[in-house]
Amino acid sequence: MKYVLMFADRVEDQKMWEKMPQDQMHAAYEQINKWFDEHSRSGKIVGGEELRGPSSSTTVRFKNGKPIVTDGPYIEAKEIVGGFAIVDVKDLDEALAMAKTWPGGGEGRIVEVRPVVER
Amino acid sequence: MAARAGSSKCGPWSSARTPDKTQGATDAAVAAVFREEAGRLTAALVRVLGDFDLAEEVVQDSLVVALEKWPEQGIPDNPGAWLMTTARRRAIDILRRDKRYREKLALLERSPMAPEPAEADDRLRLIFTCCHPALSQEVQVALTLRAVAGFTTAEIASAFLLTETTVAQRIVRAKRKIVDAHIPYRMPDETDLAGRLDGVLSVLYLMFNEGYLSRGTQVAMRRDLADDALWLTRLVAKLMPDQPEVLGLLALMTLNLARSRARFDGAGEMVLLPDQDRTLWDGAAISEGIQLLERAGAMRATGPYQVQGAIAALHSEARSWDETDWHQIVVLYETLMRIADSPVVRLNRAVALSHFAGPEIALGEVNDLAISLEGYHLFHAARADLLDRAGEPALAHEARLRALELCQNPAERSLLQRKLSDQSGP
Repeated sequence: MKYVLMFADRVEDQKMWEKMPQDQMHAAYEQINKWFDEHSRSGKIVGGEELRGPSSSTTVRFKNGKPIVTDGPYIEAKEIVGGFAIVDVKDLDEALAMAKTWPGGGEGRIVEVRPVVER
Repeated sequence: MAARAGSSKCGPWSSARTPDKTQGATDAAVAAVFREEAGRLTAALVRVLGDFDLAEEVVQDSLVVALEKWPEQGIPDNPGAWLMTTARRRAIDILRRDKRYREKLALLERSPMAPEPAEADDRLRLIFTCCHPALSQEVQVALTLRAVAGFTTAEIASAFLLTETTVAQRIVRAKRKIVDAHIPYRMPDETDLAGRLDGVLSVLYLMFNEGYLSRGTQVAMRRDLADDALWLTRLVAKLMPDQPEVLGLLALMTLNLARSRARFDGAGEMVLLPDQDRTLWDGAAISEGIQLLERAGAMRATGPYQVQGAIAALHSEARSWDETDWHQIVVLYETLMRIADSPVVRLNRAVALSHFAGPEIALGEVNDLAISLEGYHLFHAARADLLDRAGEPALAHEARLRALELCQNPAERSLLQRKLSDQSGP
């Protein structure tokens, strides 16, 4: 059963992240890498990426069927998706157990767990 | 569990003739059978079919068929087997109509499943699935009642004052989520067990309160949520005998129900603790509740339900309102604040404190809770009582009006209205 784990942060935590000193940043990334490595080795993670910040985002929006390109993310949100992982596990409980150990982001970080349509 | 008076007044039970023991079945008897059989049946069918949705659906169908037949024909000698046969037949019908289910059909037809639900009790797995945190709590409640306690959709609707369509939609959505998100049909892992058990207990407690508070106001209800919540909690306690908080919740429910007969007067009006006739309390149930607390206490892991149970026990042991051990009750509320702090706990502590420290000191603490509890009718009701005692009738009146504005429960509303008219009287 495949799920996508979407990792999000609150906007205020994201800002703190940007101001973080180099060494702290390294330590934080080390934890994230460790999480990814562990679960990749056990075969649970089958894909995933870290995303650049929302300031790098460009949105294509259709108006009456015609594409219009605009700067920025598609919604003004209080939370920002910073990355995702595609996991292949037994059931929702196993996916939730992974999400609960997600180390990346601020105190108020969010992980949304969504099943993938399997055909 | 005793049958509820006045409950045979609606639906298929409304036949004018007196129920004949050898023929028709009373609703209480049918409910008792549903309770005992529905969860086992669902669990057994999920096991064979590996399909929660289908299993739950056909059991529900078999209950509806039983509801049509049993009141007239009486309960069959082996109701579990009767329901199983009906559910199984229904499942085969559904599976035959849908090509996608060929494999399952073969499974069902070939399965050596005895007509009677299997001996092994895996209703616990069923309960944990129904109370999975990936489902909203209102859905957890509805699903548990249907799949484990054998409520029909109509019964859930009437218990929660919802339309049948709303309940049916919730159930359909919940079951779709169980299938789509692959919510497992198994016990939670050891690391998750404590948290998941908390979830189950809060569903049971919510169910209980819903039933307990509306008692006396909805006599036409076929099934009593409080009785069913007690039954479900007893089941969980039987299946998980080493969990002190389960025993704590069971004790809390038992002790509250022990006061049932004193909670409403002859006219169906609610009577609060200070005015209750304590000779109407059920002494056997009180000792049972206290024994449960002692058993839980011996396991040496305190928790919010055990503490609330202990508070209920202190009330039950007091021979009169004036003899209540308020000091000990305040200590227990302080324990509760340490393990599960909430504004409601603080409110209750302040009210207990008022009985020896005076209403003025309590009011000071209660007023501090005004922002967080503004929308809670019992905050305003408790404040009104304290204001009365502190000699502030005008402010008390105002607070009571606000309580009435916020209160939904008919019995509590009527109580507030009585107090309001007493106040404005000569």
